[in-house]
Amino acid sequence: MIARSVDALVVGGGSAGLAAALRLREAGASVAVVEREPFLGGILLQCIHSGFGLHEFGEDLTGPEYAERFIRPALRAGIEFYLDATVTEIGEEPGEGAAGRTVIALSRSLGVVRFTTRAVVLAMGCRERNRGNVAIAGTRPAGVFTAGLAQRLVNIEGCVPGRSAVIIGSGDIGLIMARRLTLVGCEVRAVVEIQSYPSGNTRNIVQCLNDYSIPLHLGHVVTRIEGRDRVEAVRVAPLSTEGEAMTGREFRIPCDTVLLSVGLIPENELSRGAGVPINEGTGGPWVDADYMTGARGIFACGNVLHVHDLVDFVTEEARLCAGRAAAFLAGAPVEAMLPVSAGANVRSVVPNSCAPSRETVFTLRSLVVKNDARLIVRVGGQEVRAKRLAHVQPSEMIRFVLEPGAVPQALPGMPSSRAAPTVSSMEVSLQ
Amino acid sequence: MDTYDVAVIGAGVSGAAIARRLSRYRLGVALLERCVDVSFGVSKANSGIIHAGFHHAPSSLKAKLEIQGNRAFDQLQAELGFPFRRAGIVVAAFSVEEMKVVDRLYTQGVENGAPDIQIVGRERLLALEPALSRDVVGGLFAPSGGIIEPYRFVFALAESAVANGVRLLTSWEATRAERRDGAWRIVSSTGQELAARWVVNAAGLQADQVSAMFGAEAFTILPRKGEEFILDKGSAGPPSRVIFPVPARTSKGVLVIPTVEGTVMLGPTADEGDDKEDTTTTPENLERVFGLASQMVPRISKRDIITAFAGLRPTLPGDDFLIELSRKAPAFVQVAGIQSPGLTASPAIAERVKELLMAGGLELAEKPDWTPGIPHVQRTRDHAAWEVDRLVAADPAYGHLVCRCEGVSEAEVVEAIRKGHTTLDGIKYYTRAGMGRCQGGFCSYRIMQLISRETGLSLERITKHGPGSEVVRSRIGSRV
Repeated sequence: MIARSVDALVVGGGSAGLAAALRLREAGASVAVVEREPFLGGILLQCIHSGFGLHEFGEDLTGPEYAERFIRPALRAGIEFYLDATVTEIGEEPGEGAAGRTVIALSRSLGVVRFTTRAVVLAMGCRERNRGNVAIAGTRPAGVFTAGLAQRLVNIEGCVPGRSAVIIGSGDIGLIMARRLTLVGCEVRAVVEIQSYPSGNTRNIVQCLNDYSIPLHLGHVVTRIEGRDRVEAVRVAPLSTEGEAMTGREFRIPCDTVLLSVGLIPENELSRGAGVPINEGTGGPWVDADYMTGARGIFACGNVLHVHDLVDFVTEEARLCAGRAAAFLAGAPVEAMLPVSAGANVRSVVPNSCAPSRETVFTLRSLVVKNDARLIVRVGGQEVRAKRLAHVQPSEMIRFVLEPGAVPQALPGMPSSRAAPTVSSMEVSLQ
Repeated sequence: MDTYDVAVIGAGVSGAAIARRLSRYRLGVALLERCVDVSFGVSKANSGIIHAGFHHAPSSLKAKLEIQGNRAFDQLQAELGFPFRRAGIVVAAFSVEEMKVVDRLYTQGVENGAPDIQIVGRERLLALEPALSRDVVGGLFAPSGGIIEPYRFVFALAESAVANGVRLLTSWEATRAERRDGAWRIVSSTGQELAARWVVNAAGLQADQVSAMFGAEAFTILPRKGEEFILDKGSAGPPSRVIFPVPARTSKGVLVIPTVEGTVMLGPTADEGDDKEDTTTTPENLERVFGLASQMVPRISKRDIITAFAGLRPTLPGDDFLIELSRKAPAFVQVAGIQSPGLTASPAIAERVKELLMAGGLELAEKPDWTPGIPHVQRTRDHAAWEVDRLVAADPAYGHLVCRCEGVSEAEVVEAIRKGHTTLDGIKYYTRAGMGRCQGGFCSYRIMQLISRETGLSLERITKHGPGSEVVRSRIGSRV
């Protein structure tokens, strides 16, 4: 067993992990990154389409190009990289008064590596919801893929999954794959979305479906997958206003391939094992204004914290998170924080607390589709900030910056430290 | 043409157990399987329970073989190393009426010889299984019941049989047979031929067709479909015992099963049908199973479902096993209607088949060099960190986790491939890679690469479960 000691250990070498590691290095911390794949860059490497970097670089980049912008400096920054290595356990350093964490990783070349560290940054990303998660009935033939697996098979392994496909769900990866399959000669016969609005962003609907005349069936559900050895068809039915499949209007689409793009789940099994409390709204860890989880010294950013629409915002969040982790390592005093919760029409808000003296970048998910919405921040029931939003919908993340001093410091019941009991709290709603 | 003393048709749990039992004697034995791998028929959808011997009437063959079979599992595990644990079975009753059925099950269990079976009051039942609903009034506890990884058991039996000289022929579907010169001549769907003095029909759902093919008894196997739902190793944790409801007429009811690998299985349903290939799952049964299971264990959540599947039980009228020498066809042993508790009974089924063959005149001479054990499968996830280092030193592939959800290393996948399990399903059943929460989303391509590397198959020829189930159609740039 190899033993290593570093100031900070980053789990995951994708977009979040790389940005976090670079920021920690800038602050002078010694950093190790453990990445499961033999390459840095994470899922970006299989995203060979463009559309990345518009916010971060003001440029339209492909996934690998965007990754390259971080991999190059990271390789020169004096970060220790452990590639092709899997973190199997995050624990507490044994012994009285020990403040550190232990992280166990496993790799082919090094065997077991035991890290001792003062800060852990979780940046493991997310996984795709699969057929079982959404309970699609029927047989279990070959030819059913999650969209991301199909993307990997096409873009990295050079495979064509099938001759004709139906895509279930209109998430962004599904839309991107509709276009990609078309380009490799697999006819996409339909995209079937259970909601009355698309899950993916509008740009992808236009550029990936409309431009290729791929039909999008909104408010429809796949009732059954057919085929014994290989997919032969799917059955599709419209949903009634009560949300029931109208089997009388069911139709059959022959195809040999089914792709699922039905949502992403932050991958937190490792976090749970480390005792990190999970926020039911996001599926990611509960984090305070420092992006610290409920477990001291463990931070989280990127898609493991909550699923983002754009990698640019993953990068931003990872930097903010790593900046706070660096302050924690430097022994910065902990500021008073107000707990933040999701109010009316809001599914989730990140982070889950706010330090009033600093700027806070909030990200929200709406529960409603609405034009001309109003985002309202209340503290102790009292409105302290509001912002007009032209349009909100569940599939588009809302980013909202609360400037320092927006919340009066001297509100009644304001806790004086992270550990202090809370009387007052902040709520973010959409109306 | 190869000539065997015995040909066993069907490499499910019965066929594999019989082949292994016969491998102790100086016999030429062939184990014939129509699928590309063993355990790909009825056995692949087994619930993985070692039953405790109280569900069936003492007069039934099922009751007798279930009890005998149950006793054999500790020794079998020591020899073959499959995942198995005597977690115990509880039957949960929710009313005074249901307690009357529990009384009957208890009496039946005692009569059958179920070890340590006991009626338990509410308090003791809740202590034995804290996951149960507080509405429970009492029930039955059978400590000898257990949980097992069913495919691994079948694979291990077949492996042991092969190690002791049995010839395993997969993708070998018997389609014609005739008796000539004191032996059966059997022709496969691809035109291969072999001869065997004796034939054992352990063909599961196809046992009726096989019986007809050999001119033996006419009977009809009816498929009874069972749908099962698998829950992730959730935050609430699995229950500690196998939880049965008070049984229904045609089945043991919908159960909550803590699988031996840490997931939770709900099911099975029991729907009579006539389509031997209908393994569809339905939304109606999802609702029904969840409704019934959550009455017993309220903390289960649909959010934790990672997959659903359906299996078919091969049933005979009367619902008992049929294990006897054919009265119509010479040198032909029927092993039909083997559904629950077939896996539990399999060691006893094998013993009974051996007795029948002997009674029929087959000479059984023990091999002095018969080896009961096989090398146990090493798994990275079973070891503490310092032990893993030793595994990695011996083979670095133990340090490379291919399946993150189930913690399966490359070495385990390679071992499965080298033992002949070269489909995604075969590797999944052998190693559990792809069986976890992401259902192969992250590991399928890695496993395809490993199959390709180890066998030389190109990616587009790799299948999920045999010809026709190719995972991808072609390569970019190739002409199709």
